[in-house]
Amino acid sequence: MASLDPRIRRAEPALWNVELPPLPPLDQWQTYEVFVVRTRGSHAQHVGSLHAPDPELALVLAKEQYARRSTCVALWVVPTEAIHRTAPNDEDLFQPATDKSYREPQGYLTTRERLEKYRHRLQSC
Amino acid sequence: MYGNLVLRPEEIPNWGKKIEEEDPEKLAEFEARIARGEKIEPWDWMPFEYRRQLIRMIEQHAHSEIIGALPEGTWITRAPNFRRKLALMAKVQDEVGHAQLLYSAAETLGKSREAMINDLLSGKSKYSNIFNYPAKTWADTAIIAWLVDAGAIINQTTNSKGSYGPYVRALERICWEESFHLKYGYDSVVYLATGTPKQRAMLQDALNRWWRPIMHFFGPPDTQSVHTEKLVRWKVKLATNDEMRQQFLDMYVPKIWELGLTVPDPLLHKDPETGRWVYSDPNWEEFWQVINGNGPCNAERLAVRRFAEANGRWVREALKAPQARYVTPLA
Repeated sequence: MASLDPRIRRAEPALWNVELPPLPPLDQWQTYEVFVVRTRGSHAQHVGSLHAPDPELALVLAKEQYARRSTCVALWVVPTEAIHRTAPNDEDLFQPATDKSYREPQGYLTTRERLEKYRHRLQSC
Repeated sequence: MYGNLVLRPEEIPNWGKKIEEEDPEKLAEFEARIARGEKIEPWDWMPFEYRRQLIRMIEQHAHSEIIGALPEGTWITRAPNFRRKLALMAKVQDEVGHAQLLYSAAETLGKSREAMINDLLSGKSKYSNIFNYPAKTWADTAIIAWLVDAGAIINQTTNSKGSYGPYVRALERICWEESFHLKYGYDSVVYLATGTPKQRAMLQDALNRWWRPIMHFFGPPDTQSVHTEKLVRWKVKLATNDEMRQQFLDMYVPKIWELGLTVPDPLLHKDPETGRWVYSDPNWEEFWQVINGNGPCNAERLAVRRFAEANGRWVREALKAPQARYVTPLA
């Protein structure tokens, strides 16, 4: 069957028999991390990454890849290389080492109880 | 206390290790995390076998999106009206966009995008078999958008319950976008099914030709499929090929029959006792033939891809940033 692809039928045969050496590293540019601000007033949220040669084009491509459908009022792009994160085995760094209830609202649940007791004592005198 | 994100094969200490050679303590911790329903992120320790299977799977998925855009893409110039043309263009753009998301997810595991594209162009990496069949008429695009995308949604929804964070997040987004494809496909099919006798005949002909590749879509039967208990435990594989095929038949055969179309398989019926669909052998020999490069369009699909690569390369060249340094994407 003859091909249905218009490119196959129209293109010069010379364009088809090209040498195609393997892509060298970095041929697809460097990576950027993309952040989307979905509505005015919301935080920018990380949504993924893309390849681009510079920040300007990264924004153009981010619009196509990450803001094509859902709402978006702003995009941020950051070179992946510029991001530093805590070490993977440091997750426990964020766990409280000791009782930290003194710095949480839940640490103050007995206030009312204390006051009630005091008033009860006053009344019974 | 902080680390940069550079992840290259030579920097992954257990790269290439067999599962028996992995640190048993780390392996137990990794498996416990998955059992608790937590996700694995790129910076977490993972057995190399998990990494290797996910790279293979996500990369194949990405290639399938790129190649999958070709059979439908050829019909953009011949869409029957302007609205259909816009919708088909949007769908094809989505597929290519999905490939971008999936390549990024695969890259977080340590295989560069260049390496993946090289492997696609050289024929080393596979993509979904179904795209090695030609879309001969406009009705073929309707059947693809409805039934092939339906199959893809079942597959992707299943995989979106998996354990690897970046893949799961990409799939959630993809499934959400695919739901438009399904609606568009069903609308196109119903339009033809309720049209002139010629339109109905064209639709039935398309369904007849695509039925076998659709039956192949979820992969070989469980008796022949090589997936292990380990991949299930690691939540890489979440349903068997036969389970997904049954789910597809359950959801779509009644809809096909409702349109007054016939499925080209006289044996096809649901066994009232087992509740499972019975069907004729869809010729698995053909499936293996096509996978190994002997399908009707294998050569053409790769040729078009190579053509695009060869003739588009100068654009990337022209924009290259000479000072750029490669690191794998974050997540």
